[in-house]
Amino acid sequence: MAAVQETVDKVRSVDVDAYKYGFVTDIESDMAPKGLNEDIVRFISAKKDEPDWMTQWRLDAYKRWLTMQEPVWARVNYPKIDFQDLHYYAAPKRTPGPKSLDEVDPELLRTYEKLGIPLREREILAGVEGAAERRVAVDAVFDSVSVATTFKAELAKAGVIFCPISEALQTHPELVRKYLGTVVPVTDNYYATLNSAVFSDGSFVYVPPGVRCPMELSTYFRINEKNTGQFERTLIIADKGSYVSYLEGCTAPKRDENQLHAAVVELVALEDAEIKYSTVQNWYPGDSEGKGGIYNFVTKRGDCRGDRSKISWTQVETGSAITWKYPSCILRGDDSRGEFYSIAISNGHQQVDSGTKMLHLGKNTSSRIISKGIAAGRSDNTYRGQVFAHRKAKGARNFTNCDSLLIGDACGAHTVPYIESRNASAVFEHEATTSKISDDQLFYCMQRGLSGEEATALIVNGFVRDVLQQLPMEFAVEAQKLIAVSLEGSVG
Amino acid sequence: MLTITDLHANIDGKEILKGLSLTVKPGEVAAIMGPNGSGKSTLSYVVSGRDGYEVTEGSIVLNGEDILAMEAHERAAKGIFLAFQYPLEIPGVTTMTFLKAAMNAQRKQRGEEELTTPDFIKRVRAAADKLGVSQEMLRRPLNVGFSGGEKKRMEVLQMVLLEPKIAILDETDSGLDIDALRIVAEGVNALRAPDRSFLVITHYQRLLDYIVPDSVHVLSAGRIVKSGDKGLALELEKNGYRDYVADAA
Repeated sequence: MAAVQETVDKVRSVDVDAYKYGFVTDIESDMAPKGLNEDIVRFISAKKDEPDWMTQWRLDAYKRWLTMQEPVWARVNYPKIDFQDLHYYAAPKRTPGPKSLDEVDPELLRTYEKLGIPLREREILAGVEGAAERRVAVDAVFDSVSVATTFKAELAKAGVIFCPISEALQTHPELVRKYLGTVVPVTDNYYATLNSAVFSDGSFVYVPPGVRCPMELSTYFRINEKNTGQFERTLIIADKGSYVSYLEGCTAPKRDENQLHAAVVELVALEDAEIKYSTVQNWYPGDSEGKGGIYNFVTKRGDCRGDRSKISWTQVETGSAITWKYPSCILRGDDSRGEFYSIAISNGHQQVDSGTKMLHLGKNTSSRIISKGIAAGRSDNTYRGQVFAHRKAKGARNFTNCDSLLIGDACGAHTVPYIESRNASAVFEHEATTSKISDDQLFYCMQRGLSGEEATALIVNGFVRDVLQQLPMEFAVEAQKLIAVSLEGSVG
Repeated sequence: MLTITDLHANIDGKEILKGLSLTVKPGEVAAIMGPNGSGKSTLSYVVSGRDGYEVTEGSIVLNGEDILAMEAHERAAKGIFLAFQYPLEIPGVTTMTFLKAAMNAQRKQRGEEELTTPDFIKRVRAAADKLGVSQEMLRRPLNVGFSGGEKKRMEVLQMVLLEPKIAILDETDSGLDIDALRIVAEGVNALRAPDRSFLVITHYQRLLDYIVPDSVHVLSAGRIVKSGDKGLALELEKNGYRDYVADAA
């Protein structure tokens, strides 16, 4: 008992305050006044020089949002958000038209450096020249606006479009218009609708038919401007027979006020296409009192629109004060497949309500859910998942495995599965376990020389191994470190 | 090497060790025998520093250093190794990963360089071959799905790799068939060295046919009530613990 307790105490006292990325970059920002009304929506749209249909789309969303209520069904508690007390647009000021990284604000580059983002030109060039097969193109989103996009030329050669969505609206408006809001409709939910009205920027990816994207695509999100709600919008389209792997990594600086983050991610996989979407989320979880963390209300959904298409979500969630997130798959095409692999770690006063939805609409569709929840400190960790088979989804199959691990005796783990089958040929399996790191296991590891924290991290890493293996190699290493950091007193 | 003096220890307020004294010299193999409930396992836990045991009196000195204030992992780095009666399973952590983490954690505490991967692999291979531990076993999560014999062999493998100053074998013979017992005993015997001591805790004399002790101590009701040479073990085998239990009471 004592070893566990000590670990928990140490985590509480040291780790939560020692948030590695707790710094604020001082870049003068181009900011909209506080509050939200039609003018702000128009202001954002005008800032982006968007086509009229887009402005109208946003305004429709805004009007719809005014009629909606904040959802309350999740197992999370937080003070009411005053949506009129937020800035809805903030862009880092930039020197006119950075043509290369040399022209990018050095302060910004230093921030990336602290984050360990390999964005420096030298490193990227090294990556290009090197024989490395696994290259990563980074479209860095810094407070809403993408400031640097790399590897563009090579991607263009393959016909892959990878750019900020604001740019895509200029260069490929027909593609954006065709797919935007078709997976997550404007009317979908409170936060998604708000996002539709005010989204600032995000990534756009289009992979043409038959193309295997030559590198992993990656975006680093970072919330920086004080009091700025972040409203990212990501749209990824994999055309027939194509493949793309997309990585999203997030960190945010420390601050006192809670920050709202309401992103929307839409994935569309056409016939025989495959999208792999991986996330490592490490936003500021709040201080040891539970104050000041990020509120993360995200809508992520993939549409397996074509037959034999496949969408796979992998996520490692360690940050945020509140996480409200259910990356989902609509299995529309026959023989399509959805996957969800998740590690959610909560510590301190964090609240996590996360899971997935697998909606089987097509015939012989299959899905797999592997969720690993780890609760420590005084946190609450809920898995909420829905598996649904439509009347016509003959031969639908799902396998779900939800494991929860508790560290200490002041945290909670909850599993809330919703399983609904409307035809007799569907086969759904659900497995769930809840366990504690036993004192015996801890003592065993410590007797071999590992400290209590090291032992905990080792056991937790073992617990989440099935999911870590789903991550691209470089992300897996990062995630493993992150897990150790979020559970140990030391900074890995 | 190891000197335990007048050791009193409680768990949950109940006194289990009641003034235990024992000295193990460098290179000595000392056997601790005793009936169920005499405090054998408690002794191994208290020496290795398990949480939850409260030492109310006495001292444990390893190579001139009082270790009572140290945590379990610090004692491990000082050279105390406990081969568990029931080795724990660590799901998802491969044996190789575990071995490397343990070896490097101890080296780090001692201010030594961490092992390079090739050096580490070489050491593990050499030790594993001698103990008949297959490569396949090393790739599996530690102890998960291992048979009783495999788990005990894995304990000895860890002992070989961690090169302890004093190894405590807690009922290592329990659940082993004769072949497994022989392999384990051979592994232990190969480790015998002038600067390494063993505390062999066992219920039966059987193990001592394979690991021949220099001294035998009878533990009863939390104290050493009789010490002798290996002949004492044979006598116990014949007459049981009756005499000593009565003595203690």
